[in-house]
Amino acid sequence: MDRLAFLLATGLARGLVIALFALSLVIIWRAARIVNFAQAAMATVAVYVAYAVVTWTGSYWLALVAAVVTGMLVGFAVERWLIRRVPRDNPLPGMIVAIGLVMILHSVIGILFGPRHVPMRAPFSREPLYVGDVAVLSPYDLFVLLLALGIVVALAVLFNRTTLGLQLRAAATAPEVSRLLGIRVPRMVTIGWMLSSAVAAVAVLLLIPTELGLNAHSADILFVHAFTVAVLGGLDSPVGAIVGGVAVGVLITLVTGFLGAGMAPIAVLALLTLVLLVRPGGIFAVKEARAA
Amino acid sequence: MSSTIPRLEIDGLTVAFGGLTALDDVSFTVGEAETVALIGPNGAGKTTVFNAVCALLRPRSGTIRINGEPAPSSTTGLSARKVSRTLQGLGLFESMSVVENLLVPLSSLDLGAEQRLGKARRTLARLGLAEHARSPVASLPYPERKRVALARALVTDPRLLLLDEPAGGLGSEDIDALAETVRGLAGQGCSVLLVEHHVDFVMEVADRVVVLDFGRVVACGTPDEVRHDPAVEAAYLGLEAAA
Repeated sequence: MDRLAFLLATGLARGLVIALFALSLVIIWRAARIVNFAQAAMATVAVYVAYAVVTWTGSYWLALVAAVVTGMLVGFAVERWLIRRVPRDNPLPGMIVAIGLVMILHSVIGILFGPRHVPMRAPFSREPLYVGDVAVLSPYDLFVLLLALGIVVALAVLFNRTTLGLQLRAAATAPEVSRLLGIRVPRMVTIGWMLSSAVAAVAVLLLIPTELGLNAHSADILFVHAFTVAVLGGLDSPVGAIVGGVAVGVLITLVTGFLGAGMAPIAVLALLTLVLLVRPGGIFAVKEARAA
Repeated sequence: MSSTIPRLEIDGLTVAFGGLTALDDVSFTVGEAETVALIGPNGAGKTTVFNAVCALLRPRSGTIRINGEPAPSSTTGLSARKVSRTLQGLGLFESMSVVENLLVPLSSLDLGAEQRLGKARRTLARLGLAEHARSPVASLPYPERKRVALARALVTDPRLLLLDEPAGGLGSEDIDALAETVRGLAGQGCSVLLVEHHVDFVMEVADRVVVLDFGRVVACGTPDEVRHDPAVEAAYLGLEAAA
């Protein structure tokens, strides 16, 4: 029972990191109707900048800011100078370009930093705290949980309570109608990419201290899990990304804890298959298709 | 002097899709506070005129001027020129509330949040939609959704309003209310260009009627003049009468 409580608590923290990354995929999908296969590689670039900042200054908080800012800049650059030039009459060219970008970014990171995993220390202890005799979250897990929740709340406020959020939602659901109503849709798409890349960068930054360290491929598995979550939840559904992310995070942690790490990917794929068989559009898929 | 400049001036407009000429040398004007109806059989090119005015397609030749100046080359520039449009398919943001739908066009104007909300609420009240302000658009019946689309077009106080089949799918009571609203727009200095199949509605609200057939203007005049034009009877009204 104690172990279950521990696994559930750590699964929640892990799940929120997956949820954040899935949310970043949903933001881009809603803004540009692209599954951004380069999201993990782009986020990894931002985290390498954060790694450089923490190495030079010793401040994790400056590194966090650097990850967010670099994530935004990478998102801006990729959308403005690459994706915007790709034909949009079908999704395939965008996907191929994104996969090509993954290869380029992996190669550049490999050339600059080599293949080794560089360790990134967590800003808080990763030793679990105890409630009575029961080990629960570590201070770092708690930090991850609070930061992830804070970002989710901030995004919810942005999208639902601000003028920019209204414009982003309008441009995402009906770009042609939005243009007629005076919304600068290309600008909204760029902002969507910037937001999405920044959120993904934070997710990867939060992940790294719990993994072997940072290298070009550190976020690949996170992308696979988050992509699964986005499909499970419905690519259009932010709520689906969050609920699905937490569910998959808890599932991975429980399966790893009780059955071994080797079973976790099988469990995730089994869940994906089940959901796709029962509800192919995703559990939280909304009926509103993107209009003109 | 400004009253002599048409609100909308279309001159020699020709639009082609590949080998198909959708509009062929179309010319007409919409004056200040004037309501002009564009009628014609399906495929005559009525919506193509709207799309050309809204910069959704590039004409092969001809000019479009709004208030004497060339129409914007980008759709986004329409709101700055005080041009609004409704769509045949309504084009509402289904996942948003009614008031949010009205806030979208206001969001790009230089207004404070309170001013925007005030304008949206006043427009909803004017069209009898105040009680639905917070309702999701998707929950409303079709006539109310149609009014939301009209409210969204009116909320920015347009000087030129393009209405694409505003009476389509409405019952007689709703059409009467719509006619009253459209007639009231002239009093506020708003010019209206409308595309409509509902002939009685057109005859009731329009100051002038332009009839298109196969992309060409076949008649233009007051509702009475057009009603008795043999070319119109052959092209359009005759079909209605025969039906």
